[in-house]
Amino acid sequence: MEFVDYYSILGIDKSASPDEVKKAYRKLARKYHPDLNPNDTAANKKFQQINEANEVLSDPEKRKKYDQYGKDWAHAEQFEQAKRSRQQQQPFGGGGQHFSSEDFGEGDFSDFFESLFGRQSRRGGSKSKFRGQDYETEMKVNLTDAYATHKQTFTVNGKNIRITVPAGIEDGQKIRLKGHGGEGLNGGPAGDLYITFSIVNNTSFKRLGNDLYQTLDIDLYTALLGGEVTIDTLSGKVKIKIKPETQNGTKIRLKDKGFPVYREEGRFGDLYITVHVKLPTNLTEEQKKLFKQLSEMK
Amino acid sequence: MDNEQLIVVSEFCAGHHIEISFIESLGQQGLINISTIGEQLAISDTQLPLLEKMVRLHYELDINLEGIETIFHLLGRIEAMQQEMRELQKKVRLYE
Repeated sequence: MEFVDYYSILGIDKSASPDEVKKAYRKLARKYHPDLNPNDTAANKKFQQINEANEVLSDPEKRKKYDQYGKDWAHAEQFEQAKRSRQQQQPFGGGGQHFSSEDFGEGDFSDFFESLFGRQSRRGGSKSKFRGQDYETEMKVNLTDAYATHKQTFTVNGKNIRITVPAGIEDGQKIRLKGHGGEGLNGGPAGDLYITFSIVNNTSFKRLGNDLYQTLDIDLYTALLGGEVTIDTLSGKVKIKIKPETQNGTKIRLKDKGFPVYREEGRFGDLYITVHVKLPTNLTEEQKKLFKQLSEMK
Repeated sequence: MDNEQLIVVSEFCAGHHIEISFIESLGQQGLINISTIGEQLAISDTQLPLLEKMVRLHYELDINLEGIETIFHLLGRIEAMQQEMRELQKKVRLYE
């Protein structure tokens, strides 16, 4: 455990007045506050140090103790332990635990602080509760998975979080999980977790909003004479009719065969099929002859 | 779409121990949208994260309304640039 120089953290002299402490704290807090530094863990850590330094130096009693023991903080711990054990031996001496069992997030303050002032003392002098940092994360979801509401588990800061991903979620869409961000400081509430969804297209469909687009290759004969073609949609195979004399580039709309509308159960976008007529290649002599006859019939 | 829920401003202020005039000023500055239900002021729950952030900036860091507006403008630009960077990284990955 290392000695923590609270004066140097706040960038002030040992002789700094309470006003100077406050001013230095405000200045640094504005620079490193989690709200001003989203997703910056280094800034968040720095902010915790600043907060801890302010906790000690803005409280006359804590500051006195800190100044008194300084780098000999390890002896201060021994001294305090001896004092505590002496007080515990007195039957009604009042030396026992004065603090409530109010819980504080682990890891807010350094081990140095805990050893010098005890774990519970952090709440005494603190006037400001700070909300924890907001976290942001990206979650990749395959387009085929995004088609249906499903559960997905992921890990953020060592915690497993299971969420329900509603059908129809869009690429880049962001959702907020309240209280799943960083721990608050001085008993402040936890921050929030923002999840940005990144939809990975693992299909041949193109998605625009709730509509899907696909190109369908058909042969010349089906395009000219019409017929039936079976195509794949995200909800299964569908048979579509190709009208005789269908032109290249014709668009066929399949109602409600697109993507589900986000949070509107039972509503779907449409599927647009663009027909691409593939001309035959490697014609036989006989085929060439027949095509020639056709061309002469114009 | 989710149904939007409205939160009464006086209740929000009581919960956060802040003055209603601060929320009104945010509304006048155009930083949040305030609705009226009968004679009560209300805000949409979708604005809550934004509003809570503004409250923290003002009460914890002594930042005035003009400062809050500037910060949000710059944070918005940073976020847009980060989003653009993510999209460009995605495109680059396709060619790697």
